[in-house]
Amino acid sequence: MLFILLRLLPGDPASSLISVGADPEQIAAARRQVGSDLPLFEQFIHFLSSLVRLDLGTSFVSRAPVLEEVLTRLTLTIPLTLLSFALAIAVAVPLGIVAAVKADKWYGAAISVVSQLGIAIPVFWVGILLVTLFAVNLRLLPSGGFPPQGWGDPVAALRALTLPIATIAIVMAASLLRYVRSATLDVLGSDYLRTARALGAGFSESLVRHGIRNGAVPVVSILGIELATALLGAVVIERVFALPGLGSMLLLAIEQRDYPNVQGVLFISTLLVLLIGFFADLAQRFIDPRLRDPHGSVQK
Amino acid sequence: MTHLFKGLTLAAALVLVPGAAVAQGADPDAVIRIGSLYEPQNLDNTAGAGQGINEAFNGNVYEALFQLQDEGEVTEQLVTDYEISEDGLTYTFSLQPDVTFHSGDPLTAEDVVYSIERVTAETSQSSRKSSLATIESVEAIDELTVEVTLSERSISLPYNLSYVWIVNDAAVDITASEDGTGPYRLDDWRRGSSLSLVPYENYWGEAPSNGGVVFNYFTEATALNNALLTGAVDIITSVQSPDSLAQFADNPSFTVTEGASTTKELMAYNDRIEPFNNVKVRQAIARAINDEQLLEAIWGDYGTLIGSFVPPTDPWYVDLTDVNAYDPESARELLAEAGYPDGFSFTLDTPNYDPHPIVAQFIQNELAEVGIDVEINIITANEWYTKIYQAQDFEATLQEHVNHRDIVFYGNPDFYWGYDNPEVIELIASAESSATVEERNEKLRQANIIIAEEAASDWLYLYPQIVVSAANVTGYPINGLNSQFYAYDIVKTN
Repeated sequence: MLFILLRLLPGDPASSLISVGADPEQIAAARRQVGSDLPLFEQFIHFLSSLVRLDLGTSFVSRAPVLEEVLTRLTLTIPLTLLSFALAIAVAVPLGIVAAVKADKWYGAAISVVSQLGIAIPVFWVGILLVTLFAVNLRLLPSGGFPPQGWGDPVAALRALTLPIATIAIVMAASLLRYVRSATLDVLGSDYLRTARALGAGFSESLVRHGIRNGAVPVVSILGIELATALLGAVVIERVFALPGLGSMLLLAIEQRDYPNVQGVLFISTLLVLLIGFFADLAQRFIDPRLRDPHGSVQK
Repeated sequence: MTHLFKGLTLAAALVLVPGAAVAQGADPDAVIRIGSLYEPQNLDNTAGAGQGINEAFNGNVYEALFQLQDEGEVTEQLVTDYEISEDGLTYTFSLQPDVTFHSGDPLTAEDVVYSIERVTAETSQSSRKSSLATIESVEAIDELTVEVTLSERSISLPYNLSYVWIVNDAAVDITASEDGTGPYRLDDWRRGSSLSLVPYENYWGEAPSNGGVVFNYFTEATALNNALLTGAVDIITSVQSPDSLAQFADNPSFTVTEGASTTKELMAYNDRIEPFNNVKVRQAIARAINDEQLLEAIWGDYGTLIGSFVPPTDPWYVDLTDVNAYDPESARELLAEAGYPDGFSFTLDTPNYDPHPIVAQFIQNELAEVGIDVEINIITANEWYTKIYQAQDFEATLQEHVNHRDIVFYGNPDFYWGYDNPEVIELIASAESSATVEERNEKLRQANIIIAEEAASDWLYLYPQIVVSAANVTGYPINGLNSQFYAYDIVKTN
């Protein structure tokens, strides 16, 4: 599928290797080097056989092993995604609950309105705003880039990631907040909460003991999807902040028709998304005993 | 033109700066942080690494037998002396003694043989390969003497050799590492982010005036400008959009310099096909487009108008801006004479990056005035090479041509634009085998005039070469010919 889609794009990876002034002999050599002179069927066989061997190959353009490059880039993209995600949860869960519980108060409504706004704003715009404010005007944080030593200089690395993390977290928190809010509202209207309160539990106590667990089930499945989206959404943010992550690698590889790099990045990110889905499932089962034993739940 | 002179005077002034700045307390250990949009794709200039590798490595990490100076002069670098035989076919080069590669190996004649053959090899993707086609053999005569034999005279050989890096013949893989003789050695390369160079302690020549350089790579001009504004980099190698200049030009914390560029924005026709095989049609189009207004719209006060493919820094430049100058009335007449009184329509393949889409729209409006209907077809840079450069399947296209001394493309009828004039082909072919530089320049000057009169393509304008730096940074090259960016004279004061 991926193989066909990539070949449908006009262009030729060999074009990334030549420059104006290249003679036909040089063009032929470039095509031979990247294998684009072979018939499509033969290219497909090569592709399949290396995939079976889990060999991601070497880049056409940089000639570096793809896997090595992907792993280096992940040392940026994974912390970026996870930290943004953690920050988004830290913001969205308490605010979402407040927005639901205090829906009739002005600040409850205000939270909902602001979160709507957060959903409407494109993520790159948030990034540009933050850069203009915190980097260009206030000079508090770097406007982009990543230290050459990488995590060898943890303070500089974290400073470089602060604005990108804030950007992703703001946008992600806005949409998460809405799910948390509606899940909480569902719980608030439920029979078991009414029962718990009728049995004499206080409002907060019953919400914490019974509400959170029940409300968490749909939220966790959304979290899984959000985390996967954040991973893939890093493409845009890495570009705004000039970060050498997986996303910028993918964009460059597509521009250059560097098929091995494109395939490598997509293969690894698909793997990560599947893993995230798997862990979200596990988490749900852990939270909700009914999911652990489907037959049991039927009998209930 | 006024800008050009300003640039050249500045160039002369800057050459003097390093010495002066040292006296004013320049920091010899300061690491210069350079911001650039051109990350090399790999580290080998014969393996399709792109222009970024010239910027980072030419003259900094690798040296050549000759060096193209920022002012356009070609001087001896790893050669102390050379002799040319009577017939102009044999060059004997004496090499600089006591030169070592960064790995510690001494430079020998064998390394030079290896390095030249690397560029002329079948698998080489060097953009200079064809200009070295007259080389028949390269031989090491002794430890420090190399003899190059040509099949015919090649007056530009020293210039062409300035593009040939001298690489250690024992170096195995130079796509991800290096082994050159330059004043800096590669410290670290983090793909997608930065490349750092540190001074090479056993360098044979004068040590760099700074403590090293780091190239920081950006994919977006805005991010690059922000980095300079916030002090994350000290200098940016070339500003690609005029909008961002205002914030630097009026600010005493920054220095903006405009040097001489070789980047030509042009509309190339497929000269093989109708109606572009008709000289009158091409002349009409050239006269229908107001280049001055276009340049003004895109670059404001910067940039230079050109009347042909040759920029003022090429030795065979003549001012041809009056040839086929803006004159919509005569454009209409020429179209009628050519048999298109009601105009015609064509597709303009336009690369999707700046400034091409804006230029295409401008051309579309201008040509509509004389009855020509332009359909704009946006393509990617990669498609440009596939569809236009290789398959030559196009009517007209926009492109920026960056190379220095590249009029030779009009002497090759198989080139993508397919301009085929036997007189020009003969002039350009024989120019290279001229006995003297003057003879060569005269022939190319003639070729230049013919292509301008025949409007072989429409040369719209010459890009400005703009470098912006923090005010305490001086000594950098301002012309950046062939995308080079010599870093060794850059100094930073505290």
